[in-house]
Amino acid sequence: MSGAETGGDLGLWTVLLAVIGGAIRVSTPFLFVSLGETITERSGRINLGLEGTLVFGAMSAYATAVVTGSPWAGVLVAGLAGGVFGLLHGTICRFPGVNDVAVGIALMLFGSGLAFFLGKPFIQPSAPPLPAIPFGFWSDLPQVQAALRVNVLFLAGAALAPFLWWAFRNTKAGLVVRVAGDSADAARAMGYDVDRVRLYATGLGGVLAGVGGAYLSLYYPGSWNEGISSGQGLMAVALVIFARWNPLACFGAALLFGGAGALGPALQSVGVTQGYYLFYAAPYVLTLILLVATSSPDRALAGAPGELAK
Amino acid sequence: MTASTSPDPQTRPVSGAIGVETIGMTKRFGAFAALEDVSMKIEAGGFHALLGENGAGKSTLVKCVMGFYAPTAGTVLVDGREAEITNPKGAQARGLGMVYQHFTLVPSLTGAENLVIARADAPAVIDWAAERADFAAFMGRMPFRLNLDRPVAELAAGEKQKLEIVKQLYLKARFLILDEPTSVLTPAEAEEVLGLLRAMTDRGELSVLMISHKFREVEAFARSLSVLRRGRLVGGGDVGAISRDEMAALMMGERAVRQPIARLGAADPDRVILQVAGVTATDVSGLRHIAVEDLRVRAREIVGIAGVSGNGQKELADVLGGQIRATGGQVRVGGEPYAGTRAESRAHRVRFIPEEPLRNACAPRMSVAENLAFRAFDRRGEDPDKPPTLWLDRRAMGRRAKDLIARFKVKTASSEAAIATLSGGNVQRAVLARELTDPVDLLVVVNPCFGLDFAAVSEIRSRIVSARNAGAAVLLISEDLDEILELSDRVLVMSEGRLVYETPAAQADVGVIGRHMAGHH
Repeated sequence: MSGAETGGDLGLWTVLLAVIGGAIRVSTPFLFVSLGETITERSGRINLGLEGTLVFGAMSAYATAVVTGSPWAGVLVAGLAGGVFGLLHGTICRFPGVNDVAVGIALMLFGSGLAFFLGKPFIQPSAPPLPAIPFGFWSDLPQVQAALRVNVLFLAGAALAPFLWWAFRNTKAGLVVRVAGDSADAARAMGYDVDRVRLYATGLGGVLAGVGGAYLSLYYPGSWNEGISSGQGLMAVALVIFARWNPLACFGAALLFGGAGALGPALQSVGVTQGYYLFYAAPYVLTLILLVATSSPDRALAGAPGELAK
Repeated sequence: MTASTSPDPQTRPVSGAIGVETIGMTKRFGAFAALEDVSMKIEAGGFHALLGENGAGKSTLVKCVMGFYAPTAGTVLVDGREAEITNPKGAQARGLGMVYQHFTLVPSLTGAENLVIARADAPAVIDWAAERADFAAFMGRMPFRLNLDRPVAELAAGEKQKLEIVKQLYLKARFLILDEPTSVLTPAEAEEVLGLLRAMTDRGELSVLMISHKFREVEAFARSLSVLRRGRLVGGGDVGAISRDEMAALMMGERAVRQPIARLGAADPDRVILQVAGVTATDVSGLRHIAVEDLRVRAREIVGIAGVSGNGQKELADVLGGQIRATGGQVRVGGEPYAGTRAESRAHRVRFIPEEPLRNACAPRMSVAENLAFRAFDRRGEDPDKPPTLWLDRRAMGRRAKDLIARFKVKTASSEAAIATLSGGNVQRAVLARELTDPVDLLVVVNPCFGLDFAAVSEIRSRIVSARNAGAAVLLISEDLDEILELSDRVLVMSEGRLVYETPAAQADVGVIGRHMAGHH
């Protein structure tokens, strides 16, 4: 076997490993935001503000971890802050004539702006990172070990997806959310306060998006700066549509997007110097391709909550 | 213990029929009295029919009973005791249930999920194994067989209606209000459903109040009836003691009913205007498919397509109107392929009047004048044959609107009022005014008289017949079989997405048509 072939072989494996590792590492914020948005959209409302919530969650988690020295306190604060943003969105949307998409865009800009403003002093200091579990301990290869270092938040998200899938079918709260999202009239006829259901669903969605932000600043990439999210919160909203509002499909879609996001850095790391920037765009291109491919001019989206179509 | 003649709630039986009585029910919306001093009593175990024209106050009355509306005056007695019902949940708690004309089931939930979540005491975590066992026992006592594991969206209209009734019984309704329950059922299904409910009332398990305007149904299943006209109770009594003519006279009051004008001349056998050949299509949900082998409509001919709602009529109309694309086959108008574009409909003089015209044929918040101008607003001088123009000719639009409003007797405050402020009949008149003033070769109409009162109905039907007499080919898709029989030269029946039966209207047999509508052929 010649040296060049071995190198190429290792290069391919390295890219594959890096993509798998990246899928696990990069997917977590996608997963949390999309699960949160699934809850919100299943209740019949769209919250585009989750991008802002994600960025604010990242800032507040990082700042809290710097000040208290505990990354878990950071996660808690990020979740609370996200919940406040969600409740704010839900509260504003209760007023008659308010459009949830417009409010979402306003909150997206507000969340990011507030995070940049309050986060200025925290760009320099370093915060303690969230712990990861080395599932690759059995291997001697550093690439394998790196790929299989799995953060606890990823595991939490991976458990949350099947739980939500179960809860939408088997709990009263899950069914009420679906009723509110599919037919507000039916929900009112049953005596449920549709606005309140949506308020809580948006709040919960905000909590999850905030936690997703904590992962960004406290684990990967693991620092606080203004370009930390680069639109991941918005892509996660598109991902919900691609996943057909199904939490299990959200998990798969998040892994796919994570893997696509890891492609650029992986190619760069094995020494591809030309055109790897093109692969940095992979998640965005993937979003477009998937949305076009899974849509049809002749069919309504299967699984779309009825109230969203109005 | 207090001395009271009415039984204590604790000792009241928790099952069995209950009676309901209204005393002096009155409901005013502003100056308009929708309901005026209506007192009526439905005995426990009774099957009472409530008759009346559209707008007579039937729905208002039952909505007051169910707590949707707060009555302006009057009280409701449930089981002989005065009941303050302020919302539908309170009505449910007292054993009152209602099946609405529109479905209240949640489309994406399965039947079982719909039943459980409608229950006031739905558990936080649902034990589906236990619920399923409960359903099996409950459905064993039910008159209908239903698959509860399918999402409601996939059920046919008849199955949905049955599920609505089952839901009320599952919620332990002992007094059931049905708002025109058979409008989406085949004649055989209607017979089955009403027969089983009647049997339940005979056993003393249930009382039923049914809003209807089908005399045959009332005579076959109800035990007593009341007639409302313009918000007042004008008569009633035991079924059998009142003849059909008397019922009709009570409903209509004294006024001349204009019969539609007669069809003149015969269809032109050589001029096939509309030809649908082998067209297949699927609706947006992807669930309903249609396959229309061969449908021809000739000049000076009205072809009526009868069928129970949800058997593909809407999809056929959508293909003809260009709302959905055919997956196969071809639609030809005047011998040329037709896809429903604006240019094609202009060239072939095709007019399309969809159902629910306010939603599907109007821009509700734009003015009557603007809505009337949709056909030719982009042509010079509002004339469809002139070349296109960039600038709207407001003055010509206004002139034309005033002329059409006068000619078609559209009742509106002004030509500048939003069309959504008009009544249903006047919206339909305005749409007909827009579609029928210029020469028409092909007219497609869907449920043109749904929800309109008698006067508007006969006038609108006359307009359709005169378009035919003037030489137009008319395709009439309607769920109202009487309308089809009254207007058509030829009757077709659509069932499960296919045209399954054809007969000249002169030889039409309602029984045979009904069997084909029900899919038994």
